[in-house]
Amino acid sequence: MTKAAIHVPPKGGFSFDLCRRNEMLAQNGLKPPCSFKKTGTTIVGLIFQDGVILGADTRATEGPIVADKNCEKIHYMAPNIYCCGAGTAADTEAVTDMVSSQLQLHRYHTGRESRVVTALSLLKSHLFNYQGHVSAALVLGGVDVTGPHLHTIYPHGSTDTLPFATMGSGSLAAMAVFESKYKEGLTRDEGIQLVSEAICSGIFNDLGSGSNVDVCVITKGHKEYLRNHQQPNPRTYVSSKGYSFVKGHTEVLTTKITPLKEKVEVIEGGDAMEE
Amino acid sequence: MNSIDSTPAKQGLASIEGSERTLYPYVTGTSVIGIKYKDGILIAADMGGSYGSTLRYKSVERIKPIGKHSLLGASGEISDFQEILKYLDELIVYDNMWDDGNSLGPKEVHNYLTRVMYNRRNKFNPLWNSLVLGGVKKGQKYLGMVSMIGVHFEDNHIATGFGNHLARPILREEWHENISFEDGVKLLEKCMRVLLYRDRSAINKLQIAKITESGVFVSQPYALKTFWGYSAFENPTKGAEGSW
Repeated sequence: MTKAAIHVPPKGGFSFDLCRRNEMLAQNGLKPPCSFKKTGTTIVGLIFQDGVILGADTRATEGPIVADKNCEKIHYMAPNIYCCGAGTAADTEAVTDMVSSQLQLHRYHTGRESRVVTALSLLKSHLFNYQGHVSAALVLGGVDVTGPHLHTIYPHGSTDTLPFATMGSGSLAAMAVFESKYKEGLTRDEGIQLVSEAICSGIFNDLGSGSNVDVCVITKGHKEYLRNHQQPNPRTYVSSKGYSFVKGHTEVLTTKITPLKEKVEVIEGGDAMEE
Repeated sequence: MNSIDSTPAKQGLASIEGSERTLYPYVTGTSVIGIKYKDGILIAADMGGSYGSTLRYKSVERIKPIGKHSLLGASGEISDFQEILKYLDELIVYDNMWDDGNSLGPKEVHNYLTRVMYNRRNKFNPLWNSLVLGGVKKGQKYLGMVSMIGVHFEDNHIATGFGNHLARPILREEWHENISFEDGVKLLEKCMRVLLYRDRSAINKLQIAKITESGVFVSQPYALKTFWGYSAFENPTKGAEGSW
């Protein structure tokens, strides 16, 4: 065998080189890292008479711990397109950022407003390429020249086009609300009310979702991002006195005073420093 | 090569002839929902018995009266449910033989079922059911649940199986104390409709059973109205050619 092997630059994507070693380690009793930051989540979207309304909760979990009490799950894709993300937080962030910049470049190239199907195709082909290893489940909604659109995208790359959709661990709780109360031609206020109800259903009935409700309303030529539209989980027991501890609150056991000695003796009239 | 390795492992708790403990359910019923209402208890369940992914039986009565004061609804393995009914029948007959004017109420039956389920679980041979027990005795309404591992509790509204995820949020929002009979039935139907849309093992043939101080009444099977007429369903890919 020649020692000088040809250096092959790494191909893009995932490298599965360590899988064999990981399996061996697992067999020898090593536990894999606890859990990655997920957005055990409730995300919803619905089409109302003038456009699309998206909703999401704001809890990000790392295993059993709430890592972020007030994270943003409704991501910007284009001025007229927003995307809610459930699954591994890093994956949803990265994938939506990437497609968002691709859409911007496409807008510069064509000189036209982005279409929802463009974002849809870019997202689904990326996710399919990674065969489900990019764990991002998305609800994509927006209004373009062809009208309002709402799609769901699954980690393996399949998509659905629906009038109302829910994703995430709280999706069943939210879907129960939608299936019993959704009808066509909802007004803006009715739509926001229904979306908030569905997210609250997820917040209170699913352990992976919690904190506040974010809503985003997209209509033709206009969008409204209502961050923390509802805050149904306020901190209830806050002391009115605040944290002020007067001297004497804590019992002093011993006192020891150590004077700081000067380490450097300043010699007056010494040589000036060289420039 | 792999099959030779796995067989000795499987025979760990099984005899040479075959396993003598329940490993998985075969014919299963899906969710049961129960609520307390003004005059007593209402329990709803559909009439489907699935054999894996096939809808094998479409007239399975999964709600049965027990004695004078209770109703039992079960989801999970149907054969285990029939076995439980046999045990309860024995229990009730034995109780009637005392002929002392006293009869087993829902609380007592619930306790009995809990003991049975927990004991079987300890022997690693569970009765694969989630049971909903409701009843009224001497004006006291009672609604409780026992799972296949013996977890038991009492509440104002109960749901098993998929109902845990789909019906419970609706019940938590819309149930209130002293709900009337008509509103109770409407609430149960709302939950059963969502289950019909979203649970693959649900069928559109359900029974609602009512128990009050005066007695038990199990309705005839009927179907719910469903709505599929959204314009988006007609042509889903209208604005997104090539999508699905």
